[in-house]
Amino acid sequence: MTASSLPVVNVEEKLFQNRYRVDAGRPHIRIRQQATCGRCETKPCIVCCPAGCWRLEDGGVDLVVDGCLECGTCRIVCAPGNVDWNYPRGGFGVLFKFG
Amino acid sequence: MSEKFDVIVVGAGPAGNAAAYTLARAGVSVLQIERGETPGTKNVQGAILYSHALEEIFPDFRKHAPLERHIIEQRMWLMDEGQACTGVSYRDDGFTAMPHHRYTIIRARFDRWFSDLVREAGAMVINETTVTGLLRDGSGKVTGVRTERAGGDVLADAVILADGVNSLVGQRAGLRKDIRAEHSALAVKETLFLPKELIEQRFGIGDGQGVVIEIAGRITHGMVGTGFLYTNRDSLAIGIGCMVSDLLRRTITPYQLLEGLKRHPAVKPLIEGAAMKEYAAHLIAEGGYKALPKLYGDGWLMVGDSAGLINGVHREGSNLAMTSGRLAAETLIELKKRGAAFTAANLSAYKSALDDSYVMKDLKKYAAVPDFLHENPHVLGAYPSLLNRAAREMLTVDGVDKRTKQSRILADVRQKRSLLGMLGDAYRFWRAFK
Repeated sequence: MTASSLPVVNVEEKLFQNRYRVDAGRPHIRIRQQATCGRCETKPCIVCCPAGCWRLEDGGVDLVVDGCLECGTCRIVCAPGNVDWNYPRGGFGVLFKFG
Repeated sequence: MSEKFDVIVVGAGPAGNAAAYTLARAGVSVLQIERGETPGTKNVQGAILYSHALEEIFPDFRKHAPLERHIIEQRMWLMDEGQACTGVSYRDDGFTAMPHHRYTIIRARFDRWFSDLVREAGAMVINETTVTGLLRDGSGKVTGVRTERAGGDVLADAVILADGVNSLVGQRAGLRKDIRAEHSALAVKETLFLPKELIEQRFGIGDGQGVVIEIAGRITHGMVGTGFLYTNRDSLAIGIGCMVSDLLRRTITPYQLLEGLKRHPAVKPLIEGAAMKEYAAHLIAEGGYKALPKLYGDGWLMVGDSAGLINGVHREGSNLAMTSGRLAAETLIELKKRGAAFTAANLSAYKSALDDSYVMKDLKKYAAVPDFLHENPHVLGAYPSLLNRAAREMLTVDGVDKRTKQSRILADVRQKRSLLGMLGDAYRFWRAFK
């Protein structure tokens, strides 16, 4: 099976089932240099993020951390180390009901 | 907070809880700091609990712990990406006799239960607080932790790092490097609710009994990885994980893989009509023995996932976490009893204890496996699909004689992989797993 025959999935529908306490205005993950993302050819963050937090936008990368599952994948796939990855403040972020 | 503790434990997963409980019960003053709302709300696992590691800490856990089902049957499925699935299963109703050796659990519930025991044992547990760094004196010895809270520095004679796979605290302090994409698997999972009776009917099990299905083959599209389907009391856990470096190479998203698994005809009827209530993701450090960081130093110890103590071959982690947490605690207890300082030289006893346990023995046994799989990803894809096609050929009774069918199968095999290639695979497989 090729990648093109993979199912189309709306990940936001999945995230909708999760419980979050969003730390409004204080994202726990930030892009260090927007220009670095613009120059990145592979943009692995967009493929690997299991929550679809990283999106392609105008050739660059847009990050919205509200649905983040706090797995850490975006940090380890970014070869230039352009992801400033932190745990959310205590009590904020995803709150797994089952885990 | 001006108080000083004997030991601070960062994190309240299985490793941190095992450490904090063991310490507190021995009368050591312990502060445990957890970033979740309550312990468990940041933690993700399949989840299978192996009894032995918990039993060492809490012998009669079975009476009190929130356990889902004890496992009486293990199925191993080799799937292709389309319609076929070959498998073996081992069912042993003898496993129903107590004491059960493994259970399915729901981590949010289990971790909270474990944390209550830690508190009862006398540890101070603070939730909703993120540790942002380590405090060190002029010589580099770790002397406490910094939290995000105002005036949130806390002092201790030793810090146990149990902050999980991302191990940010240790990394930031320069105690370890970040995990690497080629040494990490990303697993995604859904919790699907289904009435208890329906689960028991579909899986052919009785009250309290459970089934574990581990799934390999083309379902991962040739990437190194596996899927799983576990039975909880009134829910199912379904998930799939692949090496992060493979996901990158193939540009397949993790949720597409999971959807592919859910739609596979061997899985679909088992989960039909279930209500999806949570979607989670978790990194798994698969680098094994060769990727282990230094596990101790002046005033600090690293345990569980944060130390990379994962047996990827056998899908074990939480038992290694609990055992390493307990051994770290016992090392500190013993030193404190002797009035010995928590220096790197003295804390090396923790590493020796790990070396003497199944934790390091198993990691050493499979030290070559991560490199083998990285260099030979085809073994997980090609062989299962060949097996499925061979089974289809032999099980299709259509008037073609069996010798002709056998020749077809052999031709199919040779087309996929030369005889020499297969011998090489077998040899390298044996070398890595022996």
